[in-house]
Amino acid sequence: MSWIENRFEEGLIVTSLDWAINWGRQNSIWPMTFGLACCAIEMMAVGASRFDIDRFGAGAFRASPRQSDLMIVAGTVTYKMASRVKRLYNQMPDPKYVIAMGACTIGGGPYFKHGYHVVKGVDLVVPVDVYVPGCPPRPEALIEGLMRLQDKIRHQTRAIDPMTRVRREVLAR
Amino acid sequence: MVSEEICDILKSEFGDAVVGSVMDARRPYVVIAADRWAEVAAFLRDDSRMQMNMLQCLTALDLLEDNKLAAVYDLFSFPVTSAEEVPLLRHHFAVRVEVNRDDPHIPTVSHVWPTADWHEREAYDMMGIVFDGHPELTRILCPDDWIGFPLRKDYEYPVDYHGIPGTTEHQLTNPRH
Repeated sequence: MSWIENRFEEGLIVTSLDWAINWGRQNSIWPMTFGLACCAIEMMAVGASRFDIDRFGAGAFRASPRQSDLMIVAGTVTYKMASRVKRLYNQMPDPKYVIAMGACTIGGGPYFKHGYHVVKGVDLVVPVDVYVPGCPPRPEALIEGLMRLQDKIRHQTRAIDPMTRVRREVLAR
Repeated sequence: MVSEEICDILKSEFGDAVVGSVMDARRPYVVIAADRWAEVAAFLRDDSRMQMNMLQCLTALDLLEDNKLAAVYDLFSFPVTSAEEVPLLRHHFAVRVEVNRDDPHIPTVSHVWPTADWHEREAYDMMGIVFDGHPELTRILCPDDWIGFPLRKDYEYPVDYHGIPGTTEHQLTNPRH
C-alpha cells in the first residue's frame, strides 16, 4: 500500500489516473536478484537474450531489495532460509509482489514428505501473488506468470475500496 | 599394498584394537575399537608402509537394529611426487568405528587429517556422533537451534519451526496444495 492508495472516492479522475499509474507499474516490474536453487537457472535464462524478460520491462534485476518491486522466489526454501526470505520481503518498498516459482516454493514439491528442512510452500512465510508450477518451470512459464502479475496490476485501482470507506464511516461516528 | 596385508599389519601392531575385518567387500575395511581409533589413525598416516595421507570421505551410518552408530573413514595413499625416495603406494583402505547409539563418542581425527574437521561436524549435525577433542563441534548445515539429528532412522520431523508449520500426519493425508 503506497501513499496514493485509498486516497480518492470512486469516480471522476480515478479511471485515467489508474490507467496511467498501472501502465507505469506493470511495465517496470523490477525483480530482485534472488535465486535459491535450480529454478534460478531458468530465471537466468528468462533474463538472457533468448527469452528476454526485458521485453516486459522486468529485465532490471536489482541487487538490493530496496530497489525491487518483485521477488521471484526461485528454488527450495529451507527453514534456515525462511527467515532471510522474510527479511528481504520486509525490506522491499511498496508496492511489492511475489512470484512463487517451481514446485518447492508452491508446496514443498518433492520435499513435501521427506524433506525435514523444507518449508511446505513459501506462502507460509510471505504473501504470494502468482504461482508458477513446474520442476523447474520452463522460461515461457515464468514469463506467463509475469504476464498474469501484470494483469493483476492492471486491475488495481487508487479508488477507495468499500471496506476502507465503511471503516472510516464507523470511526467518524 | 593389498587390503589383507594392511589388515595383518594393523592386527600385529594394535592387536585387540582391531575388532573385526571384512575383506571380501568391494571396499575392504576393518572395524577399530573407538577408544584406540586416534592412535590407529596416526599410525595409518605416518607409517612408511601405510602413508594414508588422504581422508577421502567420512560416512556416518545408523545401525538402528544393532543399536549402534558407525563412522566409516575412506583412506587413500595419495602419491607425493616431490619425495622420490618414498615409494608410491596408491592404495585404498577403509576403517569403520562402531559406537553405542545411546552414547556415541568417537575420538576426533581432525588433527590427523584436516579434511575430517568439517566432515565430523556434518556427521555430528546429521547423525549426532560426538567427536571428542574436535576444535569446534557445532552444527554445520542445520540452524544452531535445530532439535534432533535429521538423518537418524528414528528422527521425528519438526511439527513447526519458528512458527512455520512443518509436515504433520494430518497434512500428509490432507495436503493443502
